[in-house]
Amino acid sequence: MKIGTPKEVFGGENRVAMTPDSAKQLQKLGYECAIESGAGAGAGFSDATYEAAGVEVVKTAAALWKASDIVAKVRQPDDTELKRLTKDKTLISFFNPAGNEDGMAAAKAKGANVIAMEMVPRISRAQKMDALSSMANIAGYRAVIEAGNNFGRFFTGQITAAGKVPPAKVLVVGAGVAGLAAIGTSTSLGAITLAFDVRPEVAEQVESMGAEFVYLDFEEEQADGAASGGYASVSSPEFREAQLAKFRELAPDVDIVITTALIPNREAPELWTEDMVAAMKPGSVIVDLAAEKGGNCKLTVMDEKIVTENGVTIIGYTDFPSRMAAQSSSLYATNIRHMMTDLTPEKDGQINHDMEDDVIRGATVTFEGDITFPPPPPKVAAIAAKPKEVVPELTPEEKRAAEVAAFKAQTKQQVMLLGGGGALILLLGLVAPASFMQHFIVFALACFVGFQVIWGVAHSLHTPLMAVTNAISSIIILGALMQIGSGSFLVILLAALSVFMAGINIFGGFLVTRRMLAMFQKS
Amino acid sequence: MEYGFTTAAYVVAAVLFILSLGGLNNQESAKRAVWYGISGMALAVFATLIGPGAGLWWLSIPLIAGGGFIGYQLASKVEMTQMPELVAGMHALVGLAAVFVGLNAHFEIGNAAQAVAAGPDAVKDLGTFGQLIAKKSGVEISILFVELSLGVWIGAVTFTGSLIAYGKLSGKVSSNAEKLPGGHLLNAGAAGLSLLCLIWYLNTGGFLPLLILTIAALFIGYHLIMGIGGADMPVVVSMLNSYSGWAAAAIGFSLGNDLLIVVGALVGSSGAILSYIMCKAMNRSFVSVILGGFGGTTGPAMEVEGEQIAIEADGVASALEDADSVVIIPGYGMAVAQAQQNVAELTRRLRAKGKTVRFAIHPVAGRLPGHMNVLLAEAKVPYDIVLEMDEINEDFPDTDVAIVIGSNDIVNPAAQEDPNSPIAGMPVLECWKAKQVFVSKRGQGTGYSGIENPLFFKENTRMFYGDAKASLDKLLGMIE
Repeated sequence: MKIGTPKEVFGGENRVAMTPDSAKQLQKLGYECAIESGAGAGAGFSDATYEAAGVEVVKTAAALWKASDIVAKVRQPDDTELKRLTKDKTLISFFNPAGNEDGMAAAKAKGANVIAMEMVPRISRAQKMDALSSMANIAGYRAVIEAGNNFGRFFTGQITAAGKVPPAKVLVVGAGVAGLAAIGTSTSLGAITLAFDVRPEVAEQVESMGAEFVYLDFEEEQADGAASGGYASVSSPEFREAQLAKFRELAPDVDIVITTALIPNREAPELWTEDMVAAMKPGSVIVDLAAEKGGNCKLTVMDEKIVTENGVTIIGYTDFPSRMAAQSSSLYATNIRHMMTDLTPEKDGQINHDMEDDVIRGATVTFEGDITFPPPPPKVAAIAAKPKEVVPELTPEEKRAAEVAAFKAQTKQQVMLLGGGGALILLLGLVAPASFMQHFIVFALACFVGFQVIWGVAHSLHTPLMAVTNAISSIIILGALMQIGSGSFLVILLAALSVFMAGINIFGGFLVTRRMLAMFQKS
Repeated sequence: MEYGFTTAAYVVAAVLFILSLGGLNNQESAKRAVWYGISGMALAVFATLIGPGAGLWWLSIPLIAGGGFIGYQLASKVEMTQMPELVAGMHALVGLAAVFVGLNAHFEIGNAAQAVAAGPDAVKDLGTFGQLIAKKSGVEISILFVELSLGVWIGAVTFTGSLIAYGKLSGKVSSNAEKLPGGHLLNAGAAGLSLLCLIWYLNTGGFLPLLILTIAALFIGYHLIMGIGGADMPVVVSMLNSYSGWAAAAIGFSLGNDLLIVVGALVGSSGAILSYIMCKAMNRSFVSVILGGFGGTTGPAMEVEGEQIAIEADGVASALEDADSVVIIPGYGMAVAQAQQNVAELTRRLRAKGKTVRFAIHPVAGRLPGHMNVLLAEAKVPYDIVLEMDEINEDFPDTDVAIVIGSNDIVNPAAQEDPNSPIAGMPVLECWKAKQVFVSKRGQGTGYSGIENPLFFKENTRMFYGDAKASLDKLLGMIE
């Protein structure tokens, strides 16, 4: 089957859903690849590099749509593109099914199968095709870069000959994928980074990235984000008040605010109010990653950069991934490629649209003339961070008590063993003749010495230990040697055989031990 | 005077043997220790030849020389990967020698009894051992019977057991656990029969009960080891090692030879401790290993979520390029694929780039205690970067890349996470705590224990499928 990628028609969109690298991987799955001429130009991939990767370059979009069995693209398809769908074609792209009923109806009417990349369930198995996460990661990074671009100072604090520069203070609101990416970028640029999220369980992740988590003085059980697929849910009015109060307190101090708070299928919550903007220092920057959904700050203008009266820059771009088209294309193309890998279990270039598979089912919005959106909840729940079991720290007294108890138990065990063993030996001594007991003493002492010595042997030398004990256990040769001189033929024969076998063992055992030990070398 | 000299030589030999075992506590002193063992053995044989073993030198010396020649040939040719079967094969020899010496002792008792009846002159014609027996009282003879039957019995179990272990380790016998119908009842029956024969033998002193006892023991050795699977071989081999020692000690008792007793006890306790260490490393009791199979589970195993994600050599190579610290966990699969040289080469190249490379060895990795250490030493991996489980387990969270080569159960997180797992509680190498784990494995199958390994499904795990040696070859091509 053939996978084709057209040039994105949405204005200003630079991304492309297939890169020369991903095309090579797709060909390994058995697919032919095609691309519309110039589709990769915005992301820095020329037609020639595609051709070098074995991709057919098609002149027009119409020809490409016609020739391809599977169309992979980035943006939600427009009307023209929807018209080009036919039965037996599969479209893989962002589709915004929740707000695109017309699109779904059109695809249904055409009988095409549509896989919406934003609908990939958030389970660990599907992470490799989670395009929202890979795009959010880029958006988070780019948000910091854009902020830096519009911020007139260094991020990192410096003491120079020309004076002292304080470090920038960055507040990241919402520690999802984008938020964490922003935190990582900001800390690595050297800024003091604060982060807030309504889900207290992410505090650990935030702190692991080097930022400081902003805790609220508020007692309420927050819903575990894992229950809602890793997204935040709507919070109570009291909680919201506490949160805004905290932000108000922080506003005069921070230089850069990056808001990333989104709740699925809702308008973005207002978190950064006008009075907070007014309280900020001139020159400060706000980057609102929720601009598309109305913004976390109500002053944000979608797709624009504005400067408020008090000199605060508010950035409302929604095309951060497209601004880094080379990076985002390669990640998105890889997401698509992973999706194709799951759709092609046999690696035979034939698509196997398995509606029993949680991931594929979840992402499919129209299938064989039916609208299959919204999907049933996935059978596998999102992986929740298990609450840590708290092992109570023992007090010194308890520790001491435990140690004493262990010591007592050990002593008791030893005394019992010694007592029991001693009694047994005494009993044996009552019946056994003296000649036996003489040998028995030797035996018992030798066992004791053996136990003491062997515990000291290094684990790494266990094989040589076995070889050497094997060699010395051929001490049995002494018995055979003593018997070999005795009269009867049978005895001599058996003794001779024993001497011979023990001889093999002595030389073989010691030699192989020596060989092994000689190999152990220090660096 | 002669007797005094022999005893003195035996004392010195016993001390030398103890020193030779004690010297194995580190790699450097071990190189010296093996010479103590050799001198001890030379001294013991020499003292016996000129003392109680005098006479028939024309027979015994060529035999030792001939045996020595064969032993030399075997030992100098054997590959290090064949160590387990060589050790098992040599145990068989000791076992059989013990059986023969025990049977001889029986015949000599008969001879001695006749000689005593014939008069003092006939007693003088007996060999050294015969004279010793002739002096014994009735009770002492009974004890002698018990001692030699014990020696023969243990020797016979060791003999057939080691032969089967040898067969399993060298692939000549299927390494699956197989039992005859009747299972352990057969073993119990044979053991009961042996006990009856012992009583019979004590009462009559005839050869027939001893013969039946020997045959029963041979059967037990065969059937017991047939019923134990390949991965439990470390326990089996150390157990047989222990048995060969106890057999020598029992024979020592019957011959009244203290050196045999001392060495037998040393070897016996060494093998017993090794078995104990191996069992502890598997969190299983010795009995359950010997009786074969895993203990019953207490509930359904935890569901394993996720999927196994494959990776190609280039992905592994680039991850290794970026890593600062690497831990390699070898297992039996490395030995099977003969990949130790490639592993060593990989280690050398990574170390040349200034990366920290270490090895983590689980006590039961491989088919012999310490098997992996020997293979790595053969491939010239310096021993100070080869660490034990306890030494390295804490370091995994700070490790960038962990590479698992041919091991499975010893890196199974189910042992810690799933109380229902058959291996729950077994100490394992916590490699999943490393930032990234690569598993070199032939295919998607489960390990020896048949337990699904959740490690392969973890998010930070990538499966590097294929024969370990071929995979590493590919990898080496990509790392300069």
